[in-house]
Amino acid sequence: MAKSSDDVWILGASMTKFGRYPGRDVVDLGSEAALAALSDGDVKIHDMQVMAVGNLAEAGGMVGQRIQKQIGQTGIPVYNVANACATGATAVRTVYMAIKSGEADMGLAVGVEVMGKAGLLGSAGRSKEGPNVYEPSGRYGAVMSPEGILGTGVMPGVFAQAGMEYAYENDGVTFEQFAKVAEKNHAHSVLNPLAQYQKAFSLEEIKAAEMVAYPNTLLMCCPTGDGAAAVVLVSGEKLASLSDEQRKRAVKISASVLTSDPWTERGQVQPDVNTLTRNAADAAYEKAGVSPQDLDLVELHDCFATAELLHYDNLRLCEPGGAGDFIDSGAPRRDGRTPVNVSGGLISKGHPLGATGVANLYEVATHLRGEAGDRQVPEAKVGLTHVIGLGSACAVHILEKAAS
Amino acid sequence: MSTTVPIVDYLELGDEPRLVAKSCSSCGALYFDRRNACARCGGTDFDRRPLAGQGKVRTFTIVQRAAPGVKVPYVSAVVDLDGGGSVKSNLVDVEPAPEQVTLGMPVRLVTYSVGTDDQGTEAVAFGFAPA
Repeated sequence: MAKSSDDVWILGASMTKFGRYPGRDVVDLGSEAALAALSDGDVKIHDMQVMAVGNLAEAGGMVGQRIQKQIGQTGIPVYNVANACATGATAVRTVYMAIKSGEADMGLAVGVEVMGKAGLLGSAGRSKEGPNVYEPSGRYGAVMSPEGILGTGVMPGVFAQAGMEYAYENDGVTFEQFAKVAEKNHAHSVLNPLAQYQKAFSLEEIKAAEMVAYPNTLLMCCPTGDGAAAVVLVSGEKLASLSDEQRKRAVKISASVLTSDPWTERGQVQPDVNTLTRNAADAAYEKAGVSPQDLDLVELHDCFATAELLHYDNLRLCEPGGAGDFIDSGAPRRDGRTPVNVSGGLISKGHPLGATGVANLYEVATHLRGEAGDRQVPEAKVGLTHVIGLGSACAVHILEKAAS
Repeated sequence: MSTTVPIVDYLELGDEPRLVAKSCSSCGALYFDRRNACARCGGTDFDRRPLAGQGKVRTFTIVQRAAPGVKVPYVSAVVDLDGGGSVKSNLVDVEPAPEQVTLGMPVRLVTYSVGTDDQGTEAVAFGFAPA
């Protein structure tokens, strides 16, 4: 791993504990994460030359500038970004590109979300005021909300269908195998003090929980919640001028890739979460010169248990079609061959939408630095992060420990 | 005589109700929504293409928790239609239980009333029943 001055590095990283913060807003949580990331990197807001802030719920609300007004108004460019559940990773990549382009040598990326108890996400049923008259509207000429009549577009069902499609194409994937993913991630979260929930559940409890959208039970769905995460990125050239301690803890971004959906026929009626993930993963492996077998840990987008199983295959962690066997083998457990979501994943660590794609970089970087405490993956040198936002946007980052 | 209206404009009512897609005149890609151009090849001309009323269940879920106003449980499915085209809708005339729905099972298009507005117009939806 030669240090090239072209490389971009993570200098500082932080996340708030995910959970529920009544009375705190996106500015409070975003500022907390930003200040902690700056402190972690031993730099100041005045060292930043660019800032990108990811948030969905207030995407039109200049959240980045509002955070600046709390932590330092230095006049640098701010990019406020939104990209569904890939929002945080998009903010990271915005700063990454600014550094790559040579416009900046240090920048701050923040992801933040305050959701409260938002409930089901997706195209929920609408209620109308006034007289009820059927008039075709929208791009499908619909006279009423099609939710629950022409199938479902709400997230648990969408990802359930994605999982069942995998079952259709790969004989033998079962309800139990999907449930095992959730059992693993809940178990992992027990060791993560920053997780929204830190409670293990038995496979039987997970299978017997309230069914939300078969095969996803309530314990196989991520919760809504609040939280923020931030990273400070630095150019390789600038990093060379910093202290030994800063250089030692720096984590290299070996690949940063963002994709959208290429046209597929079925993607017109049911989001195709596979193709853009495969494209992103393949491009990232090539760019980093890393193979899936080299990965010491992976933080992937387990918004639902069905999603994680698919992504074993999409990220090439298992043999093609072998995601069911992969979970059965224990390979993605913390002590397995390729630990997946040792943080507890979205299912238990939580999923404040805009924060997620930054928080998973925090998690992997913390392991590569050897600072993950009880949940530390031993000797971790290479890790991958993945998020997908429906619509769709997929981001994959590959991180590597600094050569000592 | 009461009038009827399809729930979406790609459902064509009549003696033999059918789904009609917009087909890109250049590459044949199929769409159900209003189009500005083809997402596959960029073509801007589209033809109407009626789709088969038979197909196979490619994937499904059984929705048991939904927003207020949406009746549960129900089976949502994506159906691959014979001769091309995939469409999402509910499975009907089948018990919403995992052991009653099989991946790959043959189904056929059916229509049914989903309500009447204040002017007496009836809305007609489509779904798929076991063939």
